[in-house]
Amino acid sequence: MRQKDPGLQVKYEMLFSRTLVITALLILILVIGLFLTLLLESLPSIQHLGFGFLFGKTWDPVSNVYGAYPFLVGTLLTSFLALIISIPFSMAIAIFLGEYQPTGALSAFLKNIIELIAAVPSVIYGFWGLIVLVPLVRSLESKIGVVPYGIGIFTASIILAIMIIPYAASLGREMISMVPAQLKEGAYSLGATRYEVIKAVIIPYTKSGLFAGILLSLGRALGETMAVTMVIGNSSIIPTNIFAPGNTMASVIANEFTEADRSLYLSALIELGMLLFLVTVVINVIGKRIIKGFNT
Amino acid sequence: MESPILNSQNFNAYFGNNHVVKNVSMEIPRNNVVAVMGPSGCGKTTFLRCINRMHELIAGATTSGIIELNEENVYDMHAIYVRQKIGMVFQRPNPFPNLSIYDNTIAGYKLNGIKLSKSEKDGIVESSLKKAALWKEVKDSLHKKGTFLSGGQQQRLCIARAIAMQPEILLLDEPTSALDPISTASIEELLHELKKNFTLVIVTHNMQQAARVSDKTAFFYMGELVEYDDTKQMFTNPTDTRTQNYITGRFS
Repeated sequence: MRQKDPGLQVKYEMLFSRTLVITALLILILVIGLFLTLLLESLPSIQHLGFGFLFGKTWDPVSNVYGAYPFLVGTLLTSFLALIISIPFSMAIAIFLGEYQPTGALSAFLKNIIELIAAVPSVIYGFWGLIVLVPLVRSLESKIGVVPYGIGIFTASIILAIMIIPYAASLGREMISMVPAQLKEGAYSLGATRYEVIKAVIIPYTKSGLFAGILLSLGRALGETMAVTMVIGNSSIIPTNIFAPGNTMASVIANEFTEADRSLYLSALIELGMLLFLVTVVINVIGKRIIKGFNT
Repeated sequence: MESPILNSQNFNAYFGNNHVVKNVSMEIPRNNVVAVMGPSGCGKTTFLRCINRMHELIAGATTSGIIELNEENVYDMHAIYVRQKIGMVFQRPNPFPNLSIYDNTIAGYKLNGIKLSKSEKDGIVESSLKKAALWKEVKDSLHKKGTFLSGGQQQRLCIARAIAMQPEILLLDEPTSALDPISTASIEELLHELKKNFTLVIVTHNMQQAARVSDKTAFFYMGELVEYDDTKQMFTNPTDTRTQNYITGRFS
C-alpha cells in the first residue's frame, strides 16, 4: 500500500475549511448588502422627512406626506394578535404530536397536514380569506355592533394565525419529543399523571425551544405580505379597534410600490422596508435574550 | 409469621406478543433487601417495573397475574397511588434539571399538587436528604440546581426524592451501573441504612453486589424465576444448575 502524501492531505483540509468560511461569509455579505441597499435607497426619504417618518400619523402620497406610524401599529397589532390566536393551537399540536401520539398513522398524517399548511402559497390564503372569512367576520361584526367591513386587522390576524401555526407547532413537537424518557419516568414514578408530567417536566424542560418556535412564528407574521394585503382593508389611518381596516408595512409596500411615481414616494416605501427589517431584527434580538434567560 | 409486604402470584408481563416475565411467584418480606439478578434480557427490570406499574407506560405492554402490596392487588389500585407507595430509583440518575436540590427532594409533592407549609417542606427535605446520606454534602447549597452534583450525589438525591414520598417499598433498577466504584460503595452502604425504614428490591447484573447488599436473592433466567432463596444459601449452595452456572460465571 502506498502512503498518501501528508502535504496533499493538509492542503485538501485547508481548501475544505476555506470553502466553508467563504460560504459563511457570503451570507454575512448578503445580509449587510441588503441592509446597505435599503439604507442608500431610503436616504432621500430619511433626509427629507427625518424622524417625522417614524412618528408621522398621516400617509398621504398625493400631498407628499409620509408617516409610517399607522403601518407600524398595523404590523405589530396584526402580528401579535395572530400570535395570541395561534399559540393555543400550535402548543396543543406540539404536545399532542410530541408526547401523546408521537408515532402511528394519525400522527404521520397530522404532521404532513401541518407541513402542508406552511407550504400553501399565501395568495391562496388571501383568496380563502376573502371568500370564506370576510363574510363570517362581517356577520360577527354586525352582531356585536361594529362597522361591518369584514376586512380589517382582525381578519388579517386570523389568516396570519393559521399561516404561522406550523412553525411553532413543528419546532415545539421536535423539542417535546426530545425530552429524555428517564426524566418523564422519574416523574411518573413519583405518582405524577400525564398532565402533571407535561406541566412540571416537559414544558419547563422545553420552554426555550417552545419560545424559539413562537418567535419563528412571529417573524413570519411580521413579514407576511400577500394574504394580509388582500384582507386587511388597505386603509392608511391608524386603526382605532381590531375590527377596523388598516395596513401593515409589508402590505403598503406591496400595494403602492407600482404606483410610486415620485422619487420621494419610492424612497419612503423603501424606508418602510428598512423599518420592517429593523423591527424584525429588534424582536429577534429581544427574543434571543429571553431564551438566554430561560437557559441560565 | 408476618405476612409479606409484597406478594407476586403467577405474574406475567408482555411486550406485545413477546412474553418477557413468565409466571413469577415470589414473596418479599418487610424490611428486607431483595436482589434480583440475571443475565441481560432475563426480564428482571421488566418485573421490577411491573411492581410499581411503570411497565404499562410503554405502548403495547401488558400484564397478567397478581402483585399484592399488603395483601391488596396493585393492579386493582390507581397506578398513581401505587407509584406513591412504591418508589423507584433508575439506572441513570435523573434529577429534574430545572429544579434545585431542595425542590428535587420534594418534587413528588409538587408534581402531585400536594400543598405543604414552608416548615413541612424544610422538614421533609432535611430528613429525606439525611436518610439518603446527602444532607452533610448539600445542606449549604440546597438552592443550587441538582444537576451540579456528581453522579453519585445525584443518585442519592434521586433516592431522597423517592423516600420523601414515604413509600413502603423502594425499587432500585441497577442504581449503581452508571456510577464509579466509590459512589457505588456509598450507595451500597446507604442501602443497609434504608432497610430499617423501607423494603428494598434491587435489580443488579452484578453478582458481588447482590451478595453484598441483599438478604434474599432472586435469579431470573429467560423470563422465569429460576431460584429465590436467602442470599447466603443461594451463593453457597444453589439448587438449580442454571443458578450454579450463572454464579460460577459459566454464562452471563
